Amino acid sequence: MIPPFETFYEAHRAEIYRFLDRRLGRDRAEDAFQETFLRALRAYPRLQHGEHLRAWVFTIANRIVVDDVRRRKPGGELPELPVEDGLPAFEDLAPLTDELPPKERAAVVLRYGYDLTYDEIGAAIGSSTQAARQAASAGVRRLRKEHE
Amino acid sequence: MTISPSLDERFRAAAAAADLLDVAFDVLEDTPVGSLLVAVTDRGVCRISFDSEPEHSLEQLARAYGPRVLRSSRPVERLRRELDEYFEGRRREFDIATDVRGVPDYYQRVLAELARVEYGSTTTYGALAARTGNPRAARAVGTVMNRNPIPIVLPCHRVIGASGSLTGYGGGLDRKEHLLRLEGAIL
Repeated sequence: MIPPFETFYEAHRAEIYRFLDRRLGRDRAEDAFQETFLRALRAYPRLQHGEHLRAWVFTIANRIVVDDVRRRKPGGELPELPVEDGLPAFEDLAPLTDELPPKERAAVVLRYGYDLTYDEIGAAIGSSTQAARQAASAGVRRLRKEHE
Repeated sequence: MTISPSLDERFRAAAAAADLLDVAFDVLEDTPVGSLLVAVTDRGVCRISFDSEPEHSLEQLARAYGPRVLRSSRPVERLRRELDEYFEGRRREFDIATDVRGVPDYYQRVLAELARVEYGSTTTYGALAARTGNPRAARAVGTVMNRNPIPIVLPCHRVIGASGSLTGYGGGLDRKEHLLRLEGAIL
C-alpha cells in the first residue's frame, strides 16, 4: 500500500530541504525542493509498493543537485557550505563525491550522508542489497585513492 | 531546520496547478458546524467530514481516488465559497459537481435521489427508499445516510424519521438541527 502523498511529503520534507540547503545553498534549495517533490508526485502513481520511499526521494533530490551543479558550472565542484548542526561528517566528502560514477556516488551519499541501510539504498538505485554495499565501498575506495 | 510556510504553500500550489493531484483537501476552520475536512477531485467535491483530522480520512481517500492526496487550498476554493454562502443563508443549491466514485452502486443511486431533496424541505427514510425503488429499504437508506461521504452538499440532514423526529446524523444531532434551522425547515 502506497501511503497518501501528504503523509509521505510530511515525513520527508524537512530532511530533504536540509539536504538541498547543504548541497546547494538556500537560494537554490527552494527551487530544488519544489522540483524534487513535483518529480516525486509525477512518479508516485507508478510506484509498486510503499517501501524504501525515503531512499527513493533522496535519490530524486540527489539527481536534481547533480543536474543543477552541472548546469551552472560545467566541470565545477560543489561549494563548501557551512554545517549548521552536528549531522554528517559526510559534508567533508560531499564536494568530492561528484567525481564518482553515479551509482557509487548515490550509494556513498545515501549511506554515509543519510544513514540509509544497504537494503534501502539497493531499492533506491535499483540494485540488490549486495550490489549497493559493493557500490558504496567501491566509491569510498575510489575517493581514498584519488585524494591520498 | 524546517521548511518555511511560504515554500510549503508554494509547493502545494504548484502541485495543484500542474494538475498532479488525485485529491486536494483542506480543513475549513470554524464554520457554523465546526471544523470541516473538505476534499475535491478534478470532477468535483468528493468528501466533507465533520472529523477534521486529516489522518482519519487520507488513507480512505487514497484508496478510493488514487494516492496523490495533498492538502492544497486553491482547488477547494470554489467549494469553500459555496459553503460560506450556504452558511450565510445566501445559497440554496450547490453548483459544484459531486464525485462519488468511491461508493458502491446502490449508495450512488440513493445519493442521487437524495440530491433532489430541496432546500428547506424534509423527507423520510421510507420515502427516499420508495423513490429508489424499494419502499421497505428504509433501514438501508438510513445506513447510506450515515455513511454519506459529502454531507451538507448531499443533504442527508433533510432526511428524518416518519414520526417527525430527527432520528440521527453522522455529524451529531446538534449539527442536523442547526442545518435544518438555517434552512427554515424547523423553527
